[in-house]
Amino acid sequence: MKNKYSIFSLIKNAFSYHENWQKAWKDPQPKKEYDAVIVGGGGHGLATAYYLGKKHNMKNIAVVEKGWIGGGNTGRNTTIIRSNYLWDASAGLYDHALKIWEGLSQELNYNVMFSQRGVMNLAHNLQDVRDLKRRTHANRLNGIDAVYLNTEEVKKFCPIINTSPDIRYPVLGGTLQRRAGTARHDAVAWGYARGADEMGVDIIQNCEVKGIKRNGGSVEGIETTKGFIKTNKVGVVAAGHSSVIANMAGLRLPLESKPLQALVSEPVKPIIDTVVMSNAVHAYVSQSDKGELVIGAGTDDYVSYSQKGSHQIVEGTLNAILELYPIFSRMRMLRQWGGIVDICPDASPILSKTSIKGLYFNCGWGTGGFKATPGSGDLFAHTIANDEPHKLNAAFNLNRFISGDLVDEHGAAAVAH
Amino acid sequence: MFIINCPYCGERDQQEFKAGGEAHIERPKQPTELSDDEWAEYLFMRKNIKGVQFERWNHAHGCRKWFNMVRDTSNDEIKLVYKMGEKPPLE
Repeated sequence: MKNKYSIFSLIKNAFSYHENWQKAWKDPQPKKEYDAVIVGGGGHGLATAYYLGKKHNMKNIAVVEKGWIGGGNTGRNTTIIRSNYLWDASAGLYDHALKIWEGLSQELNYNVMFSQRGVMNLAHNLQDVRDLKRRTHANRLNGIDAVYLNTEEVKKFCPIINTSPDIRYPVLGGTLQRRAGTARHDAVAWGYARGADEMGVDIIQNCEVKGIKRNGGSVEGIETTKGFIKTNKVGVVAAGHSSVIANMAGLRLPLESKPLQALVSEPVKPIIDTVVMSNAVHAYVSQSDKGELVIGAGTDDYVSYSQKGSHQIVEGTLNAILELYPIFSRMRMLRQWGGIVDICPDASPILSKTSIKGLYFNCGWGTGGFKATPGSGDLFAHTIANDEPHKLNAAFNLNRFISGDLVDEHGAAAVAH
Repeated sequence: MFIINCPYCGERDQQEFKAGGEAHIERPKQPTELSDDEWAEYLFMRKNIKGVQFERWNHAHGCRKWFNMVRDTSNDEIKLVYKMGEKPPLE
């Protein structure tokens, strides 16, 4: 049983100089056999294991991670959480996640620092205005909070934005989702890891999957750097490396893995208390609790697993940021990094069974997976436990690329991919 | 960022080029006879290799010609470039 984190445990541990805190999760060696193995110890994978234990009473589960938990895209994203998607299927999926976010710190007894500071999306031309108004209506029909703001209202909500009509991409309006916001990405991985560990899940780090063993049309186990693990259910949540794992099982996925970059500035006093995204110029910015501006850039157009991106992508983003926020012109950037995002042709994720029995994929989240972490874990756990998708992820199956029933969120998702 | 050796123009900055995805995907000869599975395979399924991959690139801000490239996607090292229509090298 885990000790509960509270003000009292904080005071109690202060007396022993915080040296006697219980371990948040164990560091076990893999057992010979599990009821299910999750490949990938990011937020989505750990959440899947947690909900398998919590909601589906599967206790003999392992999460295998080739590096350390939360060290991939979970630790590399810009932590934006929102659910203002155009299509019904996406709205259902992402708002399911947002509803879990709203109670997640309490549920996990772990402060994920979820902050509903609002996300504002800007319109820079007439077509943007029409698209954003349409999306606002679509959101409200789906029960998702959304308001359309004119230029003055944008300026009032975020006073540092340059709303002058003579800039290259003038601000003609925007949408605001007030329930949206940010969370602390590492805490999400750690909170789910601690929760999963309490359910009896083995979290095995530094354990890379080398092969998937099949017996005809079903899964028998996985080969790892720590030996063979027998299991009939494998849930792959490997983000940018999903195609690599799929190839081990002889599958091809409709994915391309591309670099996506982000950067942070030196820390400054509070200057922007919301998240502002711009689709047309592809720049988004928020401020972390440490005071750094967190800036997200776009993807490169070539396949790469190098976790590095091109310099001109960062330059283009900063050009746009400076035009929209001239106040940032003398700030210095502190760090820049890249992650590898797996992008589907329709820019929507895959949460699906495959043609191989017992092999499930949760991938294709592209540039926006962090926001879906709790919902993705919950629905993927449901899919693995029941061997059937939940109604909220039924549309996100692999078969849609054959039937043509795509969930095309390329332009509709409020930000370009 | 890397330097790309265009087979027509020589070495230029990567910024001048546009990536065009996996190379040597052949358009089906009899499109009307294709099953949905085969269409999906042609349109959407990709190798997405971590390692040496064959791809198409376009010198968009230069000669505007398409060409092929062999590149290691794990470290972005370019192994080889060759013109469209030429046979892919065997490893």
